[in-house]
Amino acid sequence: MIGTILDWLLSAQTWQGDDGILARLLEHIGYTLLVVVIAAAIAIPLGLWVGHTGRGRWLVSGANAVRAVPTLGLLFALVLWLGPRLSGELYFVLPSVLVLVLLAVPPILSGTYSGVAAVDPAARDAARGMGMTGRQVLRDVELPCALPLILSGLSSAMLQVVATATIAAYVGLGGLGRFIIDGLAVQDYAQTAGGAILVALLALVLEGLMAAIQRLVVSPGLTDNPGRQRSRRPSLRSRTT
Amino acid sequence: MIRLDRVTKQFPGGTTAVDDLSLTAPTGKITVLVGPSGCGKTTTLRMINRMIEPTSGTITIDDQDVSALDAAELRRGIGYVIQHGGLFPHRTVERNVASVPLLLGHDKKKSIARARELLELVGIDPGLGRRYPSQLSGGQQQRVGVARALAADPPVMLMDEPFSAVDPVVREQLQDEFLRLQGELGKTIVLVTHDIDEAIKLGDHIAVLAVGGRLAQVASPHQLLTHPADTFVADFLGKDRGYRALGFDGAEVPLHHESTVVLRDGAITDPAPHDDPWTLVVDESGHPLGWASTDRLGQITASDELALGGTLARRDGSLRSALDAALSSPSRRGVVVDDSGTLVGTCRAHQVLSVIEEQERPEEERVPAHEGGEGGDDGLDPRAPR
Repeated sequence: MIGTILDWLLSAQTWQGDDGILARLLEHIGYTLLVVVIAAAIAIPLGLWVGHTGRGRWLVSGANAVRAVPTLGLLFALVLWLGPRLSGELYFVLPSVLVLVLLAVPPILSGTYSGVAAVDPAARDAARGMGMTGRQVLRDVELPCALPLILSGLSSAMLQVVATATIAAYVGLGGLGRFIIDGLAVQDYAQTAGGAILVALLALVLEGLMAAIQRLVVSPGLTDNPGRQRSRRPSLRSRTT
Repeated sequence: MIRLDRVTKQFPGGTTAVDDLSLTAPTGKITVLVGPSGCGKTTTLRMINRMIEPTSGTITIDDQDVSALDAAELRRGIGYVIQHGGLFPHRTVERNVASVPLLLGHDKKKSIARARELLELVGIDPGLGRRYPSQLSGGQQQRVGVARALAADPPVMLMDEPFSAVDPVVREQLQDEFLRLQGELGKTIVLVTHDIDEAIKLGDHIAVLAVGGRLAQVASPHQLLTHPADTFVADFLGKDRGYRALGFDGAEVPLHHESTVVLRDGAITDPAPHDDPWTLVVDESGHPLGWASTDRLGQITASDELALGGTLARRDGSLRSALDAALSSPSRRGVVVDDSGTLVGTCRAHQVLSVIEEQERPEEERVPAHEGGEGGDDGLDPRAPR
């Protein structure tokens, strides 16, 4: 069993061609990035605005309620409703991308909003009190302080999109999900399992990538470090320094 | 000079936080706003830099109406220190301190260099400049907060409970250093606190506010302690008012010669015959080390075997410190030292009390003529020609 899966995964033939692993992998990554970029373009500015002004919090709770809608059902409904109005490749792609964006917006939105809302009120007060304009407070204090939560929102959105895009292959989106569906259809279990493994690996790699980005762009002052525990209680020793 | 003229703040919902308040904070002095919670002291402070807009009345800084200025620009010219420091967690300590100069568009390298100087000024090792606020203790964060407010050298500083978030020992230390710093810099400072002892220690002028934003009294600490305007102020000042007021009375107390012995190289040299049960031990340069039982003098080998017992009074210090030195000394003789800490003599409690009683009578005439004259200066010497 494992042997046949490995055979499938490692054979040059399955990697090549228009419906080979490489093409499907790039397709999958392409859709994922497209969806996350669109969702981030909507959710990050919106979340920053809600967090900064404190207005429109219902948007965040509303978006979180949308998460309860069954994705697969929505996907089929959209394909059936929108599909006939579209032509060519868009027939499948547009409804899928829409549903995936809908799926990706809530985690990014709530991550961004909570990131800004969680900024130490004293730091925000000090920023205003030293003469920062509203925009400078947002750009120089709230955004950098919110970055860890924004990035974790992005990365959980990305994982959900990777997973759901696999299912979207059922309505013709392409990507790695094809192997699972095609494998099931012709009872080629090596192909099904191979496809599943590839999806899982892709998710892991993307997660690792996000962690690396986080380490790169988030200020060390915001991440936990050994100095932090020391800081909470002033000790006799640190007083004299 | 900061002047508040008939300033009122009503919040939506009808709460009056500040009620028809007129107050002047003189240039180069520390004006303290003190009162119980809900007295509008923080609201008053925040109206000066327009973090809160008054409902009516005018606020001027050096005769310039603040409401005529752009709020952000106004604030860049005013140092602002808040409880907990309010440091930016994502910026290094030195970058935090350089915040305002960089906002003003100053050169980055110069701003950071200046930030390091300021860190040193407030007692932070500039080597900590590259660290992040979360790596500092609470007291250090407060110091950095003060350094940050000083960075653009603003003539005016607003401080909202700047020392409340640290433990009493650190607070005391920060207060002392703050006074030393103010002695050098001479900023016009408005400071908010709920702690009357802090107000008395730090303030040149103290404005006591009552709940509802009513100004109960403005006075120097000494006036406040000796002449509270009403029962609210008297209650708020709390216990030991008479005793604490002595802290602002400087006067010469009669000094007595004290025969001492010297502790040198772990032994008392030539223990002179002495008929008093307590003998004062000093080091080679005449700094008092502590008291020893006269009959045990021969057994003393180190200064920690001595009973220092109490506080030292400075020759030019207050009556309170002189009386306290006498009361806390095991021999009942208060040790008095000069500026360098060298023994100049001892004082007796009953003689300090006589000085106090002599002073009582001219009190009424003296205080108004001596506005702002606290901190025990020599003008209060009763023997000076009147």
